[in-house]
Amino acid sequence: MIPDVPPDVIRLDDVSRMFPTEPPVLALSRICLRVGRGDYVAIVGPSGSGKSTLLNTLGLLDRPTSGSYLLDGIETTTLRDGARTRLRGRKIGFIYQSFHLLAHRTVAENVMLAEVYGRSGRAWREKAGLGRPRPGRTDRGRTGNGPAGRAVTGNEPASRGKTRGAPTAAPTDAPAGAAVDGYGRRGRRARAEEALEKVGMTHRLDFLPDRLSGGERQRVAIARALMGGPSLLLCDEPTGNLDSRNTGAVLDLFDGLRDQGLTLLVITHEDAVSSRAGRRVRISDGILTEE
Amino acid sequence: MDIRDLWAEALAGMLARPVRSALTTLGTVLGITTLVITLGVAATAGNQIVGRFDELTATAITVEVPDKADPLVTWDAPAALTRLRGVTSAAALAQTDESSNLQVASNTLVDPARVTDQTLAVVATGPELPQAVRGRMTEGRFFDAGHVGRRDRVVVLGDQAARMLGVTRLTSAPAVFIEDRAYTVIGILGDLRREQILSTAVIVPPTIGADFGLKNVTRVLVNTTLGAADLIAGQAPVALSPNHPDELQVIAPPSPTRARDGVQDDVNGLFLILGLVSLVVGAVGIANVTLVTVMERVAEIGLRRSLGAARRHIAAQFLLESTLIGMTGGVIGAGLGLVSVVAISAAKEWTPVLDARLALAAPVAGALVGLLAGLYPSLRAARMEPVDALRST
Repeated sequence: MIPDVPPDVIRLDDVSRMFPTEPPVLALSRICLRVGRGDYVAIVGPSGSGKSTLLNTLGLLDRPTSGSYLLDGIETTTLRDGARTRLRGRKIGFIYQSFHLLAHRTVAENVMLAEVYGRSGRAWREKAGLGRPRPGRTDRGRTGNGPAGRAVTGNEPASRGKTRGAPTAAPTDAPAGAAVDGYGRRGRRARAEEALEKVGMTHRLDFLPDRLSGGERQRVAIARALMGGPSLLLCDEPTGNLDSRNTGAVLDLFDGLRDQGLTLLVITHEDAVSSRAGRRVRISDGILTEE
Repeated sequence: MDIRDLWAEALAGMLARPVRSALTTLGTVLGITTLVITLGVAATAGNQIVGRFDELTATAITVEVPDKADPLVTWDAPAALTRLRGVTSAAALAQTDESSNLQVASNTLVDPARVTDQTLAVVATGPELPQAVRGRMTEGRFFDAGHVGRRDRVVVLGDQAARMLGVTRLTSAPAVFIEDRAYTVIGILGDLRREQILSTAVIVPPTIGADFGLKNVTRVLVNTTLGAADLIAGQAPVALSPNHPDELQVIAPPSPTRARDGVQDDVNGLFLILGLVSLVVGAVGIANVTLVTVMERVAEIGLRRSLGAARRHIAAQFLLESTLIGMTGGVIGAGLGLVSVVAISAAKEWTPVLDARLALAAPVAGALVGLLAGLYPSLRAARMEPVDALRST
């Protein structure tokens, strides 16, 4: 039996976030937002408009003061801290403007770090049809059993199948776990290599981040975000520190991921970035409006 | 989170800044080294002290004999005692209050320019005395059974007594006058390691002692082999006076173990405090550096939290890092300490006494110091909100 898959990855209903400063700041005001599976949404707005607060709320890094937030059908506002952390680790991949790579760890180790906590190789294994699904708890097992061509993830091996110009992101219908044998710690390196292959960084596996260009660092960060097969990719100004050539490469990569069915939500104030998204949402003074 | 991942992350965190980690361990290294040296040298020195202490004191028994008309102990008592297994030598002595203050002179001439008369103690004893007091004849010889048997009027002077009386050489067979009676000095007894009071005494055979009221044995000196003192202390009264053993008072040496413990306690007390102070300084150093590290790695903490690390994962990682630093300090400190103890022992020509448990306990102590020092920084890291941590960069 195929478990029900919630149609929306993100569903915000009347979400507000008030910071109890003096005077109080209403960063988000009764926001309603639905993001479907495979959507590529750009959130634009001026500085101080509430973009980062929205991203933190969506990334379960911050709690709304009121309202409801369903992530993959799970009500997150009532979850305790530990459950939110686990959910965040399993379902959300983050991409930051400043990359946040550990300077003393190699490229491969930085990517493998994503599986140290929440995201184990179990997700990969289940996507390969090797593990038992847990209906109603997470999306494990759903995607592998889901409609063809809608399988989430950036997990699929690269270099084959259709592309939309991404440097190396080349989805196929084959589940990633089928290509990578292993579970938990075992096979983690191979899975990291596979994620890096998707972003075209396998030639820099054992490099330290300080030997990489800005574009390369961001691609490593994207590979890390893709590890373990998240449901949602949250990107905070992902091209803010990149030149136009690298910006183009990263956006091509996002297009490829979107084509694989991954849900992307990008916060940006660059038109070049927002114009590539399928949907643009503007936030101003904590109020969200569709464009 | 897999425990192996936790170890790997902590180790990587520690090795990411190797120089800083090495400097951080210094405090613990110094503390543990001081502790190991203190305990090691104290044990080694204590062993040496006990060795000497045993030789001098731990094998010496004195039996006090009450002076009674019917003697409780006869003059052949030493022979009875030396038959006991564990007794190396024994001697009987007679000394009374009266015999302790007798006028002794080296000649009968009255020389106003010199003090020739001395008030000295006269002690009667058998030929076994030199061995019993572990002394050495610096001049001449001690009287023997022949002198005793023949009632020869001979005396042996303690070396201090000889000096006071001006007797330095025996080639002319000098005499001393005790209560105006002349006795030939046949030897000078010196280097007494026991009963050093005898160095100021005039020692006479029992047959001569009777002239001064020294008929009955008042004290018996017994020397035993190491470890036999307790046993001999129990057996000696019966051997000396089978009918009235309870009337004899045995003065046994203190227990060697207690003596050693006392010495070690004295030595340890001071240096242990020094070592503990060093260890506290080391702990404060680790705490400081870990706290600085936490502040420097705020972005990393934020990243880890965003990757699904719970607060306990963050706390565990920093706690393990500080524990590893402390343990490394403990291992190095234990090594340095043990090498130092061996080196000090070699320089002093001592036998090093090293407790294997110390070598194992030192790294544990170091780890404990690191653990305690890392508690506050780790909790502070764990309490950090991920959104704040990520915003700070």
